[in-house]
Amino acid sequence: MREIAVIRTGTANLASVLAGLTRAKCDPVLIDDPASVISADYVVLPGVGTFSAVMDELTALGLVEAIRQRINEARPTMAICLGLQVLGSSSEESPGTQGLGVFDARALRFDNGLPVPQLGWNRVHPEADCRLLCEGYGYFANSYRLDEVPPGWAGAMADYGGPFVAAIERGPVLACQFHPELSGQWGAALIDRWLAAAQESLPC
Amino acid sequence: MLTSRVIPCLDCRDGRVVKGVKFQGLRDAGCPVELSMNYERQGADELILLDVSATPEGRSHQHDTVRRVRQALSIPLTCGGGVRVSDDAGLLLEAGADKVSVNTAAVIKPELIDDLARRYGSQCTVIAIDAVRHDDNGWEVVVQSGRERTGRDAIQWAKEVVQRGCGEIMLTSWDRDGTRSGYELDLLSAVSEAVTVPVIASGGAANPQHLIDALKAGASAVLAASIFHDGEYTVADLKTVLQDAGVEIRT
Repeated sequence: MREIAVIRTGTANLASVLAGLTRAKCDPVLIDDPASVISADYVVLPGVGTFSAVMDELTALGLVEAIRQRINEARPTMAICLGLQVLGSSSEESPGTQGLGVFDARALRFDNGLPVPQLGWNRVHPEADCRLLCEGYGYFANSYRLDEVPPGWAGAMADYGGPFVAAIERGPVLACQFHPELSGQWGAALIDRWLAAAQESLPC
Repeated sequence: MLTSRVIPCLDCRDGRVVKGVKFQGLRDAGCPVELSMNYERQGADELILLDVSATPEGRSHQHDTVRRVRQALSIPLTCGGGVRVSDDAGLLLEAGADKVSVNTAAVIKPELIDDLARRYGSQCTVIAIDAVRHDDNGWEVVVQSGRERTGRDAIQWAKEVVQRGCGEIMLTSWDRDGTRSGYELDLLSAVSEAVTVPVIASGGAANPQHLIDALKAGASAVLAASIFHDGEYTVADLKTVLQDAGVEIRT
């Protein structure tokens, strides 16, 4: 069974991520040190809670540079929910807290008169250059979002009182605002495609 | 566009799903894992698992049930029943809940809501509000499975729980629960208008029109139990009717 390293971000609902990876016939193990983040074949960056709570934890564990390096080297990585937002530079949720800065983007709060958090299933529309992301419904639980696909990434959009970024991908790096582990068969199939692309990208 | 959610609710007692009107005369309705998987296959958008065990011994099944359901289930899971302090919620999240619902304990100690939102995030914090129509006007919050009146106005309470960090309200009309006479629409629209978070309608659903009415009244999601457990409608049946009525659903 393929071992998947899941970064311990100290946030809730880790059990769902671990169960989802187990259903994908993987063996998830929790990691919280920079050496493992750099050396693991597959890494998952889950995130639930607040932007500053996740960044404080990653900073305290000394993982900021390791994650940035992994993603810049196009090593197989999947970021989930807040895991997508912290790849950017900052968030309206936590003024003064810096993100990982993989790309330059600020997460903004939904401000459209609709209920916040956005809780539920929303239609995901991938752009033509996506390889992993497909059309379908993803399960979202978020109050903040990115509104543009960063340059150099392929993306999928969804609509909640206006378009927002549902997910982005670049080679074997996938970052989803929705929760693939909670998105039924569609989400499970996406995890499988990510695993397949990730495996292809590994040296023999 | 965000779709309206259909949520089967499983009341569990001593590790088994039970059904009954207002928790009286409970009958066995099956295995929680089997039922959960059935509902996921039928197109349920989410599940709610409430522990209604009368004793602490019965409640000890709860985490095991949550763990087993989580292993199999690939849609969101809200768990509740007997959450008194934030550590109780933590244990449910650890066992595999994505959201935790709190009812009586939040009324007794409202700061618990702030604590849950701070520790686990608003999107994990569901407050269940049980209400009965008040003799004068409006609705009053009840607790202890409807047995105890609190003197709190339901609309004011809904506003307060959101202010304290609740991310979703599960609103049950205790007058309608188990009556099969439809959700209480006035209560539903009053609460939906008063708060900024999603509201789940609960209590009284017996047919597809009841679900359509609740969604039109402002609910983001509709919860039902007996109509599914009794096999009258599958989730798929209901969603087809909703779709035909112009409701956006996940297909």
